[in-house]
Amino acid sequence: MSNWLPRSAAGRRWLGLAPSYFVIGIFMLVPMVIMGVFSFLEPNPYGGVKPIGSLDAYVKLFFEYDLEDNLVFNPGYINIIFRSFQLSLGATLLCLIFGFPVAYFITLQPANRRNFYIYLVTIPFWTNLLIRTFAWIIILGRGGVIETPLLAMGIIEDSLRMMYTDGAIAIGLTYSYLPLMVLPIYASLEKLDFRLLEAASDLYANRFEVMTKVVIPLCKPGIIAGCLLVFIPCLGAFIAPNLLGGGKKLMLGSLVQFQFASARNWPFGAALSMLLLSAVVITLIFYARAAKKRAVLEGSA
Amino acid sequence: MKRHLTLLSAATAMLISGSSMAAEELFIYNWTEYTPPELITKFEKETGIKVSVDTYDSNETLLAKLQAGATGYDLVVPSQNFVPILVSEGLIQKVAVHSLANYKNLEERWQKPEWDPEQEYSAPWQWGTTSFSYNSENYSGKGTSLKEFFEPSEEVRGRLSAFQTPDEVVSLANIYLGIPFCSEDAKQMKKVQDLLVGQKEFVVAYNSETMSDLLTSGEAVITNHWSGFSRLGRLTGAPIVYAYPKEGVVGWYDSLVVPTSAKNVENAKKFMNFMMDPVNMAMLTENQGYGDAVKGTAAYYSDELKSAPEINPPADLNVFFAPTCSPKAQSLIDKVWTKVMQ
Repeated sequence: MSNWLPRSAAGRRWLGLAPSYFVIGIFMLVPMVIMGVFSFLEPNPYGGVKPIGSLDAYVKLFFEYDLEDNLVFNPGYINIIFRSFQLSLGATLLCLIFGFPVAYFITLQPANRRNFYIYLVTIPFWTNLLIRTFAWIIILGRGGVIETPLLAMGIIEDSLRMMYTDGAIAIGLTYSYLPLMVLPIYASLEKLDFRLLEAASDLYANRFEVMTKVVIPLCKPGIIAGCLLVFIPCLGAFIAPNLLGGGKKLMLGSLVQFQFASARNWPFGAALSMLLLSAVVITLIFYARAAKKRAVLEGSA
Repeated sequence: MKRHLTLLSAATAMLISGSSMAAEELFIYNWTEYTPPELITKFEKETGIKVSVDTYDSNETLLAKLQAGATGYDLVVPSQNFVPILVSEGLIQKVAVHSLANYKNLEERWQKPEWDPEQEYSAPWQWGTTSFSYNSENYSGKGTSLKEFFEPSEEVRGRLSAFQTPDEVVSLANIYLGIPFCSEDAKQMKKVQDLLVGQKEFVVAYNSETMSDLLTSGEAVITNHWSGFSRLGRLTGAPIVYAYPKEGVVGWYDSLVVPTSAKNVENAKKFMNFMMDPVNMAMLTENQGYGDAVKGTAAYYSDELKSAPEINPPADLNVFFAPTCSPKAQSLIDKVWTKVMQ
């Protein structure tokens, strides 16, 4: 053994972990610290920051100066944040409704064919998200794939006006993130012991009860993981709202982008990102606590 | 240790050869689809300099990128109202454009413009106007007033498109309402806000990229548009008409400037000089269809371009060039836009 290795076991363990600490430090902590520091500085009028401490960015989240320079409550940004949460929640629900049956279907396939289906689920990831979103414009748009045959058959007389609506955004988000819902649910369903389902049926549970009392509780971790994986990126999404929603209502993602580009208010953009980050972290803490509590309960049972 | 030394000398050798190669390179950072490849090929053939092009989508992106310390670009192409900002932030350098051989070809009206009064920094690229376009098959109006864009008629309800960033939309609103550009008066900007909030009821999408597609598919009847870009849409065969409203249109002038961090300043100056040769500038105008500021280019235009309505505005058209807004005026514009988008 070389003599430069630490003597103690703890020291060696630390050394072994050093590369991962390094990666986490460079790619996660450093950018987050920069963002956090920037959010407490003053904006430079033409982009960048001035090295002067200020809480303005956080005040601006809730208040604004009116024409007489009075500080008044401004619900504008809160509305944008609320709208983003609403839309993300909707997309997550849609993903769950479509994703769960798909995952269940794959689990019921013979083992040698499951991988093929999983492979099919991941195919959309091979193409850039921007291009796939543009494809939806062709599908939903005026004179598009859906409308043209309906018009030709005389079922509709005018455009359905499906593009540039909240519905189009929800479809785009659901489509983009569906695989992230299917995969974790499949991972937990795959481990499911199907004899339990037979046992439940033997004990006079009907099909609905088997689903709600046995299958869903057992794959709950997968469902929750899938929901988080869909909900969190939806919050910051800005491709679907801009391209499919026509950018008519700002979402959190577009609002942050607007602060760094047009508005040149980097501290406010950073403060918005911090707010988004803390919302996500708080959700995760609650999830972790609930999971821990459940583990304790099950352990004691 | 010895191995380290070998590595070090190898690295040094690479650095040296890298820098001697760099003498024959030029990095251009330009707007998307704003650099015709045939022009670059011609420049490479004539000078032996290898050109690389990277692209951005707005002046704001360019500013944010340079502000964040991006290096390696030798030429960038900001609009006139961003040139003074880049100067005051120390992001671009003096290259004495007025002393270049082809400077004499620059039209007098564009020599020493107000955003670069000594012509130390900027060489011409393209200039054009911002207004709106309509699909003449679906629309009965004639594009004679900005009212058709801001307070449109019933046939445009739900089929109007405006740009995705505030600057040009707000400037057009200023022209329509007779309010000066970059107003610092909150009451005046309130009027702009009310106008844009009212307009939003008619808007199908805020879009700065696929305006001609929106018009062609019929998704929109009227869209915000740039003169030359509207021509490109028309050349695909769509009935797209670029409007010259009586109140006037927004003008812009994009020019080549050299970032402070540029490594190939001499090559950048060669390219600036190359672009002030009418043959080369005509190639650019042919491709883009905006206006150019170089004398004698018209002789090289195709017949189609010579007669294109998008570069032949009516003689009495008012063209207003936006100056650089003060931080106070800019924050009012941002407030208005955020309110409109809520």
